[in-house]
Amino acid sequence: METIADFEIQYSQFLDPDGRPSDTLPDFAQDSEQLIEMYRQMTLVRIFDGKAINLQRTGKLGTYASSLGHEASHVGIGAAMRPEDCLAPSYREYGAMLWRGVKMSEILLYWGGDERGSRFEHAPHDFPFCVPIATQCLHAAGAAMAYQLRGEPRCAVSINGDGGTSEGAFYEALNVAGAKKLPVVFVVINNKWAISVPLELQTASRTLAQKAVAAGIPGLQVDGNDVIAVRHWMERALERARRGEGPALIEAITYRLSDHTTADDASRYRKKEEVEAARAIEPLLRLRRYLVEQGLWDDAREEALRAECVERVDAAVESYINTPRAPVTDMFDYLFEKLPDHLVAQREMAQHYDRGGRH
Amino acid sequence: MAAITLIEGVTRALAHEMERDERVIVLGEDVGVNGGVFRATAGLQQRFGDQRVQDTPLAEAMIAGLSVGMAAQGMRPVAEIQFEGFVYPAVDQIVNHAARLRTRTRGRLTCPMVLRVPYGGGIHAPEHHSDSPEAMFAHMPGIRVVIPSSPARAYGLLLAAIRSPDPVVFFEPKRIYRLQKQEVPDDGEALPLDVCYTLREGEDVTVVTWGAMTWETLKAADQLADDGISCEIIDVATISPLDHETILESVERTGRLCIVQEAPRSFGVASEIAAVVAEQALYSLRTPISRVTGYDTIMPLFRLETEYMPSVQRVVDGIRAALEE
Ligand SMILES: Cc1ncc(C[n+]2csc(CCOP(=O)(O)OP(=O)(O)O)c2C)c(N)n1
Ligand SMILES: [Mg+2]
Repeated sequence: METIADFEIQYSQFLDPDGRPSDTLPDFAQDSEQLIEMYRQMTLVRIFDGKAINLQRTGKLGTYASSLGHEASHVGIGAAMRPEDCLAPSYREYGAMLWRGVKMSEILLYWGGDERGSRFEHAPHDFPFCVPIATQCLHAAGAAMAYQLRGEPRCAVSINGDGGTSEGAFYEALNVAGAKKLPVVFVVINNKWAISVPLELQTASRTLAQKAVAAGIPGLQVDGNDVIAVRHWMERALERARRGEGPALIEAITYRLSDHTTADDASRYRKKEEVEAARAIEPLLRLRRYLVEQGLWDDAREEALRAECVERVDAAVESYINTPRAPVTDMFDYLFEKLPDHLVAQREMAQHYDRGGRH
Repeated sequence: MAAITLIEGVTRALAHEMERDERVIVLGEDVGVNGGVFRATAGLQQRFGDQRVQDTPLAEAMIAGLSVGMAAQGMRPVAEIQFEGFVYPAVDQIVNHAARLRTRTRGRLTCPMVLRVPYGGGIHAPEHHSDSPEAMFAHMPGIRVVIPSSPARAYGLLLAAIRSPDPVVFFEPKRIYRLQKQEVPDDGEALPLDVCYTLREGEDVTVVTWGAMTWETLKAADQLADDGISCEIIDVATISPLDHETILESVERTGRLCIVQEAPRSFGVASEIAAVVAEQALYSLRTPISRVTGYDTIMPLFRLETEYMPSVQRVVDGIRAALEE
């Protein structure tokens, strides 16, 4: 017997939880502006998230999926992509979506039960929110195939969770991307939980990055609470894909600090101590520590940033709250390019019965 | 004895059958410690252990396929799909395997499995959480499609589904999971499958419906009763195979038919019921058949969902339409 294949999975981290460099920082991280920009975005998302949860609690928003604790993973992905690339997100990656141009008011509309939330006025190529788990991985592969066929130097990125790696669509996407050398990067946000199902019930696999091995593509694990690591390895994977060298899988290790959604109660299935331990290594803290250590940040700046974020979030909430319900005809008007005849009568009937949101 | 809700009827039936028959296995996403996202399996893992109540990885094709495998080898799997919008990866296994294992093996292998699927709108849920796809499954030969409309029928029909020697897709109307409480003795008495249930007898018009729409329909009938109109209300309960006899017998008496469904209008269960009546009781009909349905559109997100779903007013109007000569 001889070994004919074996594999290794690398793990990368640049900033440890105390904000101390644990590796030589990549070039972009020498540029304080870029680091601060990412910190600002992470702070904005965090404040937005808290506000959204309050809106839900006070009956002004539907079920909402929090991104608390995922800010570095999400922002790192967004920051590494080019505008002409294409993102196929799941449903909680606001840090990436906002970076791509999605508006906070759109995210609120979506969770407020309004299709206009997926309009993405300023993110023209991106796929909308994707609730059916892992289906979007194939869309990213397909988008990449379109770019490949047209010879365009563009990439697609999909984001799914640890739970999503159990779906067939996830493997199918990795496999076809490997077989066709598609310019796509698959990101798995491993936040340890899929609603109430912990990773060890999801898979016997030691890492999720190694799922790449069977597809013949590179797989790497990064500290998902370290925005520098996420952005750096995303950039490397995207460059590689753009050069025609094929897809990659990046597993970002983080933790879902919130309930799954506002409809969930995580205290039913996981221990407080586990959450507390994860909170101690959360992503904003570590980047702030590093920035402070470098003399790039202080309490006054922090306070000013928070005030600015609160203002921006409040403006988005205002715009959301003041968006009147869509006309009932909206149900019909985006179904096909042209409304088929038999639907004209149904459209009129819906108008006739429209209760204007009262029921 | 305390009255229970529809979802507690489901839980009670699962517990009863697990106690009675050790072949019964509950599986699905979050059904264990968490007791299901709707709490339908609450307490079952604590009571029966993690072998008989299994949290699975997140994959619906796997859940359905695993159930086919277990069922064919002597178990009685009762699998939960978290919401109807996520049943589609399971369709391959249901249609290509569960539905035809008996046929393909000339009865050598069978598939006594239940797929429980919460379905329908009206709970302000996120995207892909509010559809009514029962017709898709009813169109497929070889599977039963069952929908309860009350706590008692949830209990009795689910027991029957689990004991059924063939696969059942058991759609649970999530909008009425907690709407009504009823005394439901845990007596292990299954209710018959393949028959409609007459909820109210009447003379002027037959109104056929199922699931959550039984509620709007009963309210509409109350309103019409004030105007002296007497509705006979039939709860289909087993969508497929459809009990023609109960419906035909009623239409022959009333001479009028209105069908109420939450699902889109075209190519649905209402269409099938209308076709059966047109074929077999056309000359009993005194007026054209009337349908009250959702629209042929994507189920909208929740700010518009109540405009999509048939309201009591729409049902009243639809029944009145069936009364017009
Ligand atoms: C196909 C499918 N099945 C089930 C669900 C219900 N569901 C929503 S989120 C979720 C867990 C997802 O976990 P993970 O992939 O780890 O992502 P996370 O929510 O942790 O970001 C489940 C089971 C769904 N949305 N889609
Ligand atoms: Mg997860």
